[in-house]
Amino acid sequence: MLRVEGLHAWYGEATVLRDVALTVAPGEVVTLVGRNGAGKSTLLRAVMGLHPGQRGTVSFDGRDLGSLPAHRRARLGLGWVPDDRGAYASLTVTENLTLPPAVGPAPWSLDKVYETFPVLHERRNSAATQLSGGEQQMLALARVLRMGARLLLCDEPTEGLAPLLVTRVADILRQVRDQGTAVLLVEQNLRFATGVADRHHLLAEGRVVETLRNDEVREREGELLTYLGI
Amino acid sequence: MSAFLQHTFDGLVSGAFLALLALGLSVIFGMLRVVNFAHGAFYMLGAVGTYLLLTEFGIPFWWALLVVPLALGAFGMAVERTLVHPLARLDPLYNFLLTFGLTLVLQDLVKLRYGTTSSPYGTPSALTGTVDFGLFDFPAYRVFVLSFAVVACVAVWWLLGHTRVGMLVRAATERPELTRALGIDVGRWVTPVFGFGIALAGVAGVLAAPMRAVNPLMGADLVIVVFAVVVIGGLGSIFGSVAAGFGIGLVQAWGESYLDQWPIVAQTSVFVIMAAVLLWRPAGLFGREEAPA
Repeated sequence: MLRVEGLHAWYGEATVLRDVALTVAPGEVVTLVGRNGAGKSTLLRAVMGLHPGQRGTVSFDGRDLGSLPAHRRARLGLGWVPDDRGAYASLTVTENLTLPPAVGPAPWSLDKVYETFPVLHERRNSAATQLSGGEQQMLALARVLRMGARLLLCDEPTEGLAPLLVTRVADILRQVRDQGTAVLLVEQNLRFATGVADRHHLLAEGRVVETLRNDEVREREGELLTYLGI
Repeated sequence: MSAFLQHTFDGLVSGAFLALLALGLSVIFGMLRVVNFAHGAFYMLGAVGTYLLLTEFGIPFWWALLVVPLALGAFGMAVERTLVHPLARLDPLYNFLLTFGLTLVLQDLVKLRYGTTSSPYGTPSALTGTVDFGLFDFPAYRVFVLSFAVVACVAVWWLLGHTRVGMLVRAATERPELTRALGIDVGRWVTPVFGFGIALAGVAGVLAAPMRAVNPLMGADLVIVVFAVVVIGGLGSIFGSVAAGFGIGLVQAWGESYLDQWPIVAQTSVFVIMAAVLLWRPAGLFGREEAPA
């Protein structure tokens, strides 16, 4: 579904991604693990078409996305959950959810979103930035589900969430994965990552240095945590 | 008391012009990140256009109030497409310089054809009298201007707050990049929004024709005050622009009336307020700090 080949990205003189290659199949969850500054967020932005300095190939459903602008990529079915949660202060919670167009074959209805995230229903008329950090995180995830995106690009969706909510997000990701949605996930929480993902790419200095299966991550958890500085 | 009410009313009327102009400037800035220096020139074109429609074609005020904003909106869209858009990728300073240059060109074109003397424009016959408010009378035309501007501001606020287009504009104003990543073609809305802001300047220009001297330079001084208004209200903030517009109108009117011994104080008060607001709240009274993306 998503294929990235020979992707390089840079900010001015500084190279952020070097020759990155990875694939995500429908119904597959793949994580990007790495220290801060390893290039994880830049990779998601590059796939979304938001990073100006990039070369290499990004294709979706066999179609080369080339220089397709971000809004066209979204309409093909890419859903971005940005690392800062992307809540609009000047839009209510409901408006935040209904802003993007439905892009996939199975967009969630607003009712389904509110059923799944009752807290968003309670706060539906509040400005989105008045929600707590965790609630904003929920909102960002709910928004791409409502779009019906077929590939979710989630940048640390569990950051700052209470353990109960982390479990909840894991349930939801497993649920959409089982329905054929692909997920590329930036994640530092290894327990969460191994609970939802199939494969893990370890990024260091802009390169994929290792690709690990769940059992390998569990086996080397201590070593990886030390490496990640968590 | 009666004098105070008189000054207050006058302040609200001049505030109405500031609010309409600041509103357009603010909507344009929000969507394009372009500080449209030519806003005053478009206001002038609105007034000159109203005058020309009457003198050249015998088209009266009420038709001008409809035709001139539409025509200027279309002209604004053409300017955005041909001049502003090609510079959008560069430093915002380029578009500031462009609109500054455009101001000079538009002013001089009008000057070349009609000179710099002010032309009188009669008050529409339906609005020549005064309106009796009990304690005092106000000129009917000014009451109309104030009411019209308030209705226009409320209508714009409603459009932005309660329609899908309004929601897109708010989203794109606050976080353009994220909005694109959510599947919205922000670029498609840029030209109409620019035209809309210019049309609002046109409305202000039409309203100004019967009560202000119509001449090529009428927008030049006003636009400076409008900039101060927009900065005070918060660049990109719709409510802030309107509130600051009326507020500054009042401050100016009271200043001119009660500080007439110290005209310098009255004339500079707007900019002193602006400086104070900038020190206290750099994003303006109702502005938000720029979000990262």
